[in-house]
Amino acid sequence: MSLFWAQLRRDMLLAARNPAEAATPVVFFLLCTLLLGLGADAEGRVTAGFGAIWVVALFANVLATEALFNRDFDDGALEQMLVHARPLYALVMGKLAAHWLVSGLPVVVLAPAAAFALLDSFAGVGRLVASLLLGTPALALYGAIAAALTTGGNRGGLLLVALATPLQLPVLIFGVSLAAGDHGAFAGFALAALLTASLTFAPFAIGKALAISQEY
Amino acid sequence: MKNGSAAGQVAAPLLVAEKLSCVVDGRALFRDLSIILRPGDLVEVRGRNGGGKSTLLRCLAGLLPASAGQVRRRCGIDYVGHKPGLCGRLTAAENLRWLAALRGRRADGREIANVMGQVGLDGAGQQPCGALSAGQLQRAALARLSFGGARAWLLDEPLAALDDDGAVMFQDALAAHRARGGAAVCATHRPLTAPPDATRVLWLAP
Repeated sequence: MSLFWAQLRRDMLLAARNPAEAATPVVFFLLCTLLLGLGADAEGRVTAGFGAIWVVALFANVLATEALFNRDFDDGALEQMLVHARPLYALVMGKLAAHWLVSGLPVVVLAPAAAFALLDSFAGVGRLVASLLLGTPALALYGAIAAALTTGGNRGGLLLVALATPLQLPVLIFGVSLAAGDHGAFAGFALAALLTASLTFAPFAIGKALAISQEY
Repeated sequence: MKNGSAAGQVAAPLLVAEKLSCVVDGRALFRDLSIILRPGDLVEVRGRNGGGKSTLLRCLAGLLPASAGQVRRRCGIDYVGHKPGLCGRLTAAENLRWLAALRGRRADGREIANVMGQVGLDGAGQQPCGALSAGQLQRAALARLSFGGARAWLLDEPLAALDDDGAVMFQDALAAHRARGGAAVCATHRPLTAPPDATRVLWLAP
């Protein structure tokens, strides 16, 4: 457990050292929803509103994901983690917790503001926040698997998006249904199941993928 | 490949590599390489640039699977590669605190300050590592060895970028480590001062 806290502390410290970089996904999220609100006509806004917020939240996550392990790969911290951290999944969980706290939680907190900017009303915002609260950690975990697979070498970029999107798509689908309130209970359970599955499997998949990144 | 004088000790080995081979892109870096590392041993891995020294250390550390053969690690190992493992945006003290945690140690501020003093980084602890010189960075990288209590050190070019004081400091630390029953495999271009009876030089030649 101390590994979890050590890693969480380190990555939060890193985010605090470079707030501009850490805030990029959140600023992206706010800016996109605001621009969508300005660009769409009134009817289009209301029907596409929560879906648009969810899509932007997904893109914001992908934006935050690219640097997740690559910096550690470049400076050799990843080697140190793989050789010394036992158990590795505790450390990976710490890293993912910091990742979500910096890039996911602010999106959940700012979602009501984004919804208001886009829709001019707070109707249904409770469901939107609930869906993002369940959904953004799952997005972060599935995205991190893709990030780990593309760590090292000159992979990343488009490949990261191509790997992450299929994993994140179910989260998006059920997230939007929960937010919009169609099949609400079912979508909520499905989203919770996706989150549980990602919490269970992602740290091990990430550990394995990171080990492979060293085999050049 | 020539093996220098073998250590004449009978203590249980800390690390055994059996018939290791590594082939990268169809080119064999080394073949059928065997190492038995016993307490007190120092193996210097020498060879030209690109000759496979770092690759051998990565195999021994378990980062890279060998093409053939196996490595058996029978004690804790500590690995310092040619990448320092220090994040440039964090201070040396913050990096060391994290490196200690990786090794299962909760180091408090006083212990970190103590370790930094030992490697001659008293004044540099509060600067981000990105602002340190190459030699200071190497000192910070080597400072982690005092946390682990690992008996086998796997070090890639430990003397790189160190000044004379730094080299002496490292050699003293290495001698103390071996006197405590530790052992080390070091890739190096400069000979590491050590009692010649227990030093083996492993030449990686094409």
